[in-house]
Amino acid sequence: MIYRIIVNLSYCCFYFLNRGPNSILFLSISSLNVIVYIFVSVGLFHLIDISELNLPKTCNISFPNGKDDLMNFEVTIQPDEGYYLGGVFVFSIQVSPMYPHEAPKVKCKTKVYHPNIDLEGNVCLNILREDWKPVLNINTIIYGLYHLFTQPNHEDPLNPDAAAVLRDNPKMFESNVRRAMAGGYVGQTYFARCM
Amino acid sequence: MDRIEVSNLNRQFLFRLQDVGKPKAEVAAKRVMERVSGVNIVPHFCRIEDKDLDFYNDFSIIVLGLDSIEARSYINAVACSFLEYDSEENPQEETIKPMVDGGTEGFKGHARVIMPGVTPCFECTIWLFPPQVKFPLCTLAETPRTAAHCIEYAHLIKWDEVHSGKTFDPDDPEHMKWVYSEAVKRAELFGIPGVTYSLTQGVVKNIIPAIASTNAIISAACALETLKIASGCSKTLSNYLTYNGVEGLHTKVTEFARDKDCLVCGPGVLIELDTSVTLQKFIDLLEEHPKLLISKASVTHRGKSLYMQAPPVLEEMTRSNLSLPLFDIMDKTAKDIVHVTGTTINKGTKTSCLRKLRVVFKGIDGVTDMDTAGGA
Repeated sequence: MIYRIIVNLSYCCFYFLNRGPNSILFLSISSLNVIVYIFVSVGLFHLIDISELNLPKTCNISFPNGKDDLMNFEVTIQPDEGYYLGGVFVFSIQVSPMYPHEAPKVKCKTKVYHPNIDLEGNVCLNILREDWKPVLNINTIIYGLYHLFTQPNHEDPLNPDAAAVLRDNPKMFESNVRRAMAGGYVGQTYFARCM
Repeated sequence: MDRIEVSNLNRQFLFRLQDVGKPKAEVAAKRVMERVSGVNIVPHFCRIEDKDLDFYNDFSIIVLGLDSIEARSYINAVACSFLEYDSEENPQEETIKPMVDGGTEGFKGHARVIMPGVTPCFECTIWLFPPQVKFPLCTLAETPRTAAHCIEYAHLIKWDEVHSGKTFDPDDPEHMKWVYSEAVKRAELFGIPGVTYSLTQGVVKNIIPAIASTNAIISAACALETLKIASGCSKTLSNYLTYNGVEGLHTKVTEFARDKDCLVCGPGVLIELDTSVTLQKFIDLLEEHPKLLISKASVTHRGKSLYMQAPPVLEEMTRSNLSLPLFDIMDKTAKDIVHVTGTTINKGTKTSCLRKLRVVFKGIDGVTDMDTAGGA
């Protein structure tokens, strides 16, 4: 008997699963004219969270790639109180196949004047990185994002200028936020209207 | 992809200085065939996902030397996809594809034997992994204290600022050099020592320096288990060996148990249906089925949402499928796997669940032959 043994030496960076939605592979074994399709799947646990979402009316979810790509979606937040009342902020959320063992990737698509969100859309929220636990879910992330707008925090700055203004001159912070949301300049940076 | 580097030469004994830059798979195959007469090794220098299932199914044993959780998860899913169960929910022996997996990190390592359907698969024990170390973004942006902070700043924050749109490629030396130079600038700004090119690679790619002895021990264990499976000369490791050489030398073998409800290697619950059953009827059946008792079920098939109960936007998008026969929306295959989520009662409390179902349509026998579909 001859055993063929494969030693897998391709230590490659694994892009495939991170690229698209659930990976689908077909194997067709032809025996007695019956074809059996076998489905290989990784990445399903976010389905529980999505079907159990319990969002406040200030937060909305949409699926830009349609119902067959549930690993990429957008959340729109319209705060109904605080500095950012009236603004409309869109976040993109990308769930990895390793979810919930890996936190989803969240970016802010709206350019916003905020101490914890930088101009590239990076969001400083502890549960997205160092405090992520598999017991957390998409609902907790969306609530966390909402709280960024009702309770901006000058102690974890990604935008140090905005953080300093919030700390030292809340009245000026308020007017900067309103000017940015209405469409205008804060310092040298232009913010498009997002109300 | 993996080419030989100078730093490999202290322990990867199949390689020599003149091999630096060549693909590891090709050089390793050549060297072993030179030394061991009668053995035939075919190297493949490509990504593991570039091969299709037919390729992997051809082999009797799969031995893994992979460098990430995702890669192992993928191959595990591939090997477990070959597994079939009989009507008593026992694995069919001829469909079991054994895997031997090993990994090391500095002074620590593991070796395990995976027999799909018998021992736990990779997904069954994935909860064993601790969360990855991630620095807060604001520490990277404002208050770096270590060389790693400076590197991650360049990698995660500065890269996007300068190259917005272009994805960072850790295998591209130009990208890595850019991150290294930015990290050096940042370290100088904050007076932090220790940023080197090799540390940059290590932090960005999550690499821990390798020690020859750890690798030798783990690869020896893997080779031994593979020999046992191939020759049947002894019982295999049952089923997870951990090695720790930090203080002295400690090894332990733990016999982990399979997760019967594992989504990857588990049998799932068998459901036999007529081809006329609609999706709505199927969802109603799940509520009554004694092994499931799932209410408000959402159903997916091969990554496609057949019906989602929530959120409202998805419910609207999938509502039209409810009146269609399940057989039709499952692409008219005789049997296939679907996944359902919903709520069930577990020991008196309502919990959410995600279950794997084997759906078999009655009366279909050799009809859906895709090779001739649409042809004669």
